[in-house]
Amino acid sequence: MASSISNWAVEQQETQDREVVFAAQGLTKTYHMGEVDVHALRGVDLELFAGEFVVLLGPSGSGKSTLLNILGGLDVPSSGTVFYRGQQLTEFDDAGLTRYRREHVGFVFQFYNLIPSLTARENVALVTDIAAHPLNPVEALRMVNLVDRQDHFPAQLSGGEQQRVAIARAVAKNPSVLLCDEPTGALDVHTGILVLEAISRINRELGTTTAVITHNAVIADMADRVISISDGKISHVHLNPNKRPASELTW
Amino acid sequence: MLSSLDRKLFRDLSHMKGQSFAIAIVIAAGVATFVNSRTLLHSLELTRSTFYERYRFADVFARVKRAPDMLVDRLQEIPGVSTVESRIVKSVTLDVPGIDEPAVGQLISLPAFRPPRLNQVYLRRGRQLEPSRDDEVLASEAFLIANNIDLGDTIGAIINGRRKELRVVGVAFSPEYVFQIKPGDMLPDPHHFGILWMDHEALSNAFDMDGAFNDIAVGLARGSPVEEVILSVDRLLEPYGGLGAFPRKDQLSNLLLESDIQGLRTTGLIAPTIFLCVAAFLLNVVLTRLTSLQREQIAALKAFGYTNLQIAWHYMKFVLLITAAGGLLGTLGGMWLAHDFTKLFLRVYQYPELVFRVQPNVAVNAMLVAGGAAVLGSFGAIALAVRLPPAEAMRPEPPARYGPTLLERIGLGRLVPNVARMVLRQLERHPIKTTFSLLAISMSVAIVVVGNFIGNSVDKVIQVQFYDVERYDLSLATVEPVSIDAIRELENLPGVYQCEPRRYVASRLRVANRSRRIGIVGLPRDAALMHLKSRTGKYVALPREGMILSKKLASVLNIRAGEKVRVETLQEKRPVADVVVVDLLDDITGLNAYMDIEALNRLMREGPQVSGAMLTANPEFLPAIYKELKETPGVASVTIRQAAIDSFRNTIAKNMLHMRMINLIFAIIIALGVVYNGARISLSERTRELATLRVIGFTRREISTILLGEIGTVTLLGIPFGLLMGYWFSWILTLFLDQEVFRFPFVIANSTYGLAAATVLAASVGSALLVRRKLDHLDLIAVLKSRE
Ligand SMILES: Nc1ncnc2c1ncn2[C@@H]1O[C@H](COP(=O)(O)OP(=O)(O)OP(=O)(O)O)[C@@H](O)[C@H]1O
Ligand SMILES: [Mg+2]
Repeated sequence: MASSISNWAVEQQETQDREVVFAAQGLTKTYHMGEVDVHALRGVDLELFAGEFVVLLGPSGSGKSTLLNILGGLDVPSSGTVFYRGQQLTEFDDAGLTRYRREHVGFVFQFYNLIPSLTARENVALVTDIAAHPLNPVEALRMVNLVDRQDHFPAQLSGGEQQRVAIARAVAKNPSVLLCDEPTGALDVHTGILVLEAISRINRELGTTTAVITHNAVIADMADRVISISDGKISHVHLNPNKRPASELTW
Repeated sequence: MLSSLDRKLFRDLSHMKGQSFAIAIVIAAGVATFVNSRTLLHSLELTRSTFYERYRFADVFARVKRAPDMLVDRLQEIPGVSTVESRIVKSVTLDVPGIDEPAVGQLISLPAFRPPRLNQVYLRRGRQLEPSRDDEVLASEAFLIANNIDLGDTIGAIINGRRKELRVVGVAFSPEYVFQIKPGDMLPDPHHFGILWMDHEALSNAFDMDGAFNDIAVGLARGSPVEEVILSVDRLLEPYGGLGAFPRKDQLSNLLLESDIQGLRTTGLIAPTIFLCVAAFLLNVVLTRLTSLQREQIAALKAFGYTNLQIAWHYMKFVLLITAAGGLLGTLGGMWLAHDFTKLFLRVYQYPELVFRVQPNVAVNAMLVAGGAAVLGSFGAIALAVRLPPAEAMRPEPPARYGPTLLERIGLGRLVPNVARMVLRQLERHPIKTTFSLLAISMSVAIVVVGNFIGNSVDKVIQVQFYDVERYDLSLATVEPVSIDAIRELENLPGVYQCEPRRYVASRLRVANRSRRIGIVGLPRDAALMHLKSRTGKYVALPREGMILSKKLASVLNIRAGEKVRVETLQEKRPVADVVVVDLLDDITGLNAYMDIEALNRLMREGPQVSGAMLTANPEFLPAIYKELKETPGVASVTIRQAAIDSFRNTIAKNMLHMRMINLIFAIIIALGVVYNGARISLSERTRELATLRVIGFTRREISTILLGEIGTVTLLGIPFGLLMGYWFSWILTLFLDQEVFRFPFVIANSTYGLAAATVLAASVGSALLVRRKLDHLDLIAVLKSRE
């Protein structure tokens, strides 16, 4: 069963390899902080393809989050263009970006950002409430192996469990892209691996284009492609034909 | 099915139930006061207009000495007049079983075989008068109740010098006497003043008024010019000793009702405004805190594609739920209050029934106003939170920026201990919030001051009016002016210490095109039993020539001291003269004009005449004096000062106490709301900091000081400011309530300040203790583990 799924994923990747999900050209982002200007991005060109698993690697402050936020429609660049499946995101107004996020993007944040007053299931339902073709919240929790914790509040869950709820919440709307900003940043190795397994399983089973930010070079081993960023620019792109499953990673 | 976001809403609400409740209560107080005053106003106006209309309250009134019945036809012909009813109205001394003092009865004639055309009488119990019987009366209910008189009982009356027993056969109400007050009195005294309706023929026989009348009521056709009718009526009545016609709006009972309604109209909106402002402020503070706590949740919601509008609406619902709960509670409370107040009013007003109708639109308006205030208060906070770009909201709020405080900047920093410095910096960091908290606390202090000020003012009225101004034990008025010799006779009664004459002349004062019908009071210049003292206690001396006017009368006539007023007297030879207004008297009640009695008699072109007297007497002899007066012919009315004071205390003072209690409760609600919310919010903002301090080794007491020091400082600063504010508000209130009938003296007792400060302090300490309990149960580990 597992092998048939992975075969299917490989086929998918081969046939759809050329479908460009994101196409960014000349992205810059400048923050004006009083006297000084902070250049978070200094000209980024980038393409992401359907179904691929990309890891964004780079030192702190290099602009990874800024880039991901722009792709996810949370932020707008100072200059440059971003296309999502042929639509120019950078032309969208606030309402357009909101609709884009609602329909296409799943987010996972470093600090989970669960709503503390809602249970695991309700946190997931928060997204399915407004999505067009959502999964059942319980199904989404099943994908991260948390069905038996569905009625627990965030405060009753460990960090890793909370992050898995956050992943379930992100994928429950059946997004076409999944953007994760340091999903394991606050977790130990073991839990980090559980979370990464959940993400790669989504990527494999649902074919969701996935971008994961990390500081941790080891995680790059499970990606199709590794994009290194430093000082607001893409410094290096590395193809990784021999992906390793998350369970084999250690750091 | 509840959406997940709504579920969050309810969880947030239940998590913040203390604060939500505190705000809801403040809103409830605002809505309750609004609903109360509107409902009350409406029910008073409706009751009045219903009664007036159904019982045909007249439009113009006039008293005349004695006019022939045939004059009625001529009056009827005046253009604009639709109805005329002539009557006989006489004031008599009553000997009421069970009380020593003489009472005053207003006898009013009722036509036989038909209801009067105007000023009809509502019969609550008993039966109508039997035209063949000349000793039957209908009596006003308040008088009967106050004196325990039942149907079938009799009252002695001195009618035209002869004693007659009058049998009460019915209990009656009239639109003319909703406010039953003896002319010249300040308040109703149902013990000693009653309205008695008697058969016309019986009354006319008793007073030798065959074929004549001495009082008319006029009904106008819709839209007729009142002033012109009054002129015509005066012209017709003048040859017969007309005392000047006056419109409904100057009719005593109506004037008093109107002045109450006006007062309610102006003051009725003050309290709701204050409460709703405070509620709006509290909502702003709480929402600011809530959205800043949930900053990252908001960012996440946005990331998932919730629109700004959906998120704003989510928080707005939070606000509206609290408002709705408060509004509902307030509406019910307001209805209850209105019902309660209505009963208070019924103690004073004589209506057959009070039309108390719950108006749904008042409740709806109250809810809308409260909702508006709530939205206004929270809108800023919500808009700010929602407008935050999601990418920015994702990162935690930057650490709060603190700076050295004013004290430190001016170089006194070293004088301030560390803990105090933390408190002061916290206060200075949120200048707007601090200012508003300060204002709200001050406001609650001010409410107590204002509420109590009315009580102080009423005490002052008693002091000034019954001790400083009226210094007699009793005063009496004669039916006709009599020779000064009558005073000698009174003086010679056993037990009488002092007796001084008084003269009263019905007149019209005119300045340019303004005029007022009043009675000029003549007093001896060196009168010992009546002093002209202002409401602030300033003594005004009576001049040898000229007159003293109430300051209010002067402003009504638009005249200043030193100017001349045209005096058209309406009695005897009806002389007209220009008199200099020598000085103004800032007095408490009514529109008054005072003259030296000798000057007044000269003005009347008469010798030494009096129409009344004031006297003091040995208390032991009072019953005998009363007995004597009851039997003295020619005495129209007797006023006993002690009875006036008692009735004052029984009615107004009771109502006053009630209002004071309610005000106190309202002030406590505001103080609780402000202090509790303030403390809860600083607790929430600083939990981490305080937990850290605890971990370092600070004691509970020390961290409580830091937390509660902030709100304590605000309270302590707010109290003196609130006292000052209360002082100003009270002063402004006296300007608002500056009416022709009554003017509040401005005086605030020290005990009022003490009570206000103590109440608010107690409320603050109470809510601080509630929050401290939370602090004691601070879970250090949980706090430090969680990410702020
Ligand atoms: N709202 C902002 N205002 C000012 N500067 C900002 C803002 N957001 C980001 N920056 C700056 O832009 C640069 C890039 O930030 P970004 O968050 O993208 O880095 P990053 O690569 O995600 O770093 P990390 O790995 O620490 O999360 C940093 O120098 C940061 O200080
Ligand atoms: Mg980052």
